[in-house]
Amino acid sequence: MPTDNIMVIAETGSEGLSEISFELLGAAQTLVGQMGGRVVAVLAGCRVCEHAGALAERGANRVLVVDHELLEPYRAETHLPVLVEIIKREEPAAIFLGHTFTGQELGPRLAFRLGTAITTDCIRLEPAGDRVVMTKPLHGGNVMAEYIIAGSPQIVSLRPHAFAQTGPSRSTGEVLDMEVNLEGGQTKTRLVGTIREDSGKGKQLKNAEVIVSGGRGLGGAENWHYVEELAEALGAAIGATRAVVDAGWVPASLQIGLTGTIVSPELYIAVGISGAPQHIAGMSGARTIIAINCDPDANIFKYARYGVVGDWKEVLPGLIQRIKELREK
Amino acid sequence: MDIIVTVKQVSDPEIPPAFFKVDEAARQVLLPPGMSWVMNGYDANALEAGLRLKELHGGKLTVISLGDYKVRDTLKRALAMGADQAILLDDPAFADGDSYTTALVLAEVIKKNGSFDLILSGRQASDTDAGQVHLGIAELLGIPGIVPVLKVEKTGDTLQVERLVEGGLQVLEVQPPAALGISSEFYEPRNPSVRNLVTAGRSQIQILGLADLGLTASQVGKSGARCQLRRLFIEARESCVELIESDPSAGAGIKLAERLHDEKLI
Ligand SMILES: Cc1cc2nc3c(=O)[nH]c(=O)nc-3n(C[C@H](O)[C@H](O)[C@H](O)COP(=O)(O)OP(=O)(O)OC[C@H]3O[C@@H](n4cnc5c(N)ncnc54)[C@H](O)[C@@H]3O)c2cc1C
Ligand SMILES: Nc1ncnc2c1ncn2[C@@H]1O[C@H](COP(=O)(O)O)[C@@H](O)[C@H]1O
Repeated sequence: MPTDNIMVIAETGSEGLSEISFELLGAAQTLVGQMGGRVVAVLAGCRVCEHAGALAERGANRVLVVDHELLEPYRAETHLPVLVEIIKREEPAAIFLGHTFTGQELGPRLAFRLGTAITTDCIRLEPAGDRVVMTKPLHGGNVMAEYIIAGSPQIVSLRPHAFAQTGPSRSTGEVLDMEVNLEGGQTKTRLVGTIREDSGKGKQLKNAEVIVSGGRGLGGAENWHYVEELAEALGAAIGATRAVVDAGWVPASLQIGLTGTIVSPELYIAVGISGAPQHIAGMSGARTIIAINCDPDANIFKYARYGVVGDWKEVLPGLIQRIKELREK
Repeated sequence: MDIIVTVKQVSDPEIPPAFFKVDEAARQVLLPPGMSWVMNGYDANALEAGLRLKELHGGKLTVISLGDYKVRDTLKRALAMGADQAILLDDPAFADGDSYTTALVLAEVIKKNGSFDLILSGRQASDTDAGQVHLGIAELLGIPGIVPVLKVEKTGDTLQVERLVEGGLQVLEVQPPAALGISSEFYEPRNPSVRNLVTAGRSQIQILGLADLGLTASQVGKSGARCQLRRLFIEARESCVELIESDPSAGAGIKLAERLHDEKLI
């Protein structure tokens, strides 16, 4: 018999538990509040058990830990059978993953393997009887769709920063070590190495409070230093549009948007960015958006709180200079 | 090396947001009249990746697509770019399917088509923005599926795959056959020559339907779908921008800085 529990697949990175894990818990907690059931978190990896407590303190009623050296480094091929085994034992009503690079790979595979379906990159969840209505943007965000999955479990990957994180909860959940059968058999994928691509002169994009982002309107890689100077004056991280990444001006890790990083800083300054929906998808959660664009009809102005219609070549020097003066005071 | 590239024909992703409409009752997106249909951008990147591998290592490249007769244009473009063979899955029974039924039909035709070393797809289609079908195919065929992939090369019998991860890249060694979802950074699609376009215009596209696959009507299209579309809508957006103006415009930067400072934003 399937339970009415919601299972959350926690994610860890180099700095421990990823923020998305708490967003998944937040979304799950809200939903079990409306629909009943409990929140079960799965933490699979190598030397991850130290993070179980944080999940138990922030919304998971139960944390299932699979700590095994074969789960490091992450590869879909090794993680999938482990998750499938746990899911079959636990029979959750729904499973939440992050729509991160890991979740993008694991989620659909999991759904197909379990003979059910997934809604990817979901931004809203609502209950409808025993089903979860999943809202997902289509066509880059121009259209919204509400889906229902008839089968079980209902799987969904949640867009980062679209759901509020849980705070500390009143009661602490239980932590259980799981024994799963991990045959050390042949795998067809092997990790050879990891290449870090730093964000150049700026701070780390993830969790940055202030981001300065540049688009194709900068005109060429030779002008990119203006973006860097503005970022430096503000102590900001640097982001870019896909157009800039594809042109090779900056590494892919700087891309903000639907197929890049999703950010939600306090302040986002967009220079020479048209505001295509696929870019907006990655930054519309910013508290205050500033746009500098020479086209008064650019879509970015619909999202901006303050805007300058003008050529960045004329606007930026004064902006950078005055910011430096004001910040020095 | 024999390569399959899945290509989907999609509405032009650059259509300005204001042109989008939906028929809520019919749960359908209404595209602006005269809008062009194009090869999904990431699929064009996947095709480019496949063509480069073929040029280096030989073999045959087959493009496959599920869609209606209009898709022949996109398949002909793929042939003009250098694909050797094109297959179109066109049958009314496939209509109104979902990621699952699409993957099922494509996996079936891939099986039927014989042996292959690599399946290349776009990391996602620009209409569904789902990123599911290629991973579904991988699962149905029981082969590794890796996304999002920046770059793929072949040495000896193994594939070297660069996968995007947060803040950088993973370098993986994969034993073929495998399915990869290609991203846009590395494989700028080539433009076919006019001559190749003309030749491709005359070439044959193999068209297959339900009867050619080992599937029944209940498994595909609307009846096989596992996801149900409950509602389709557009979220309107009201602008609330305050424009900072100055003459000459060079002063606007200074004014903006002061405004941000007044608002304690910097
Ligand atoms: C499936 C899919 C996924 C995508 N994912 C992403 C994503 O994750 N992130 C992303 O960013 N994009 C993404 N895109 C691409 C997106 O659709 C746009 O093409 C892209 O965001 C445009 O980048 P841009 O604003 O830099 O360039 P453009 O759209 O070319 O805009 C340049 C802007 O600069 C302005 N400009 C020009 N000169 C000046 C000047 N001198 N001073 C001031 N302004 C000037 C112009 O008025 C224009 O508005 C995706 C597309 C698809 C189809
Ligand atoms: N109808 C289709 N025909 C051929 N390939 C498709 C089709 N739908 C999806 N694909 C492939 O699967 C990828 C992911 O699609 P999606 O899951 O819809 O985002 C696309 O980039 C295509 O390569």
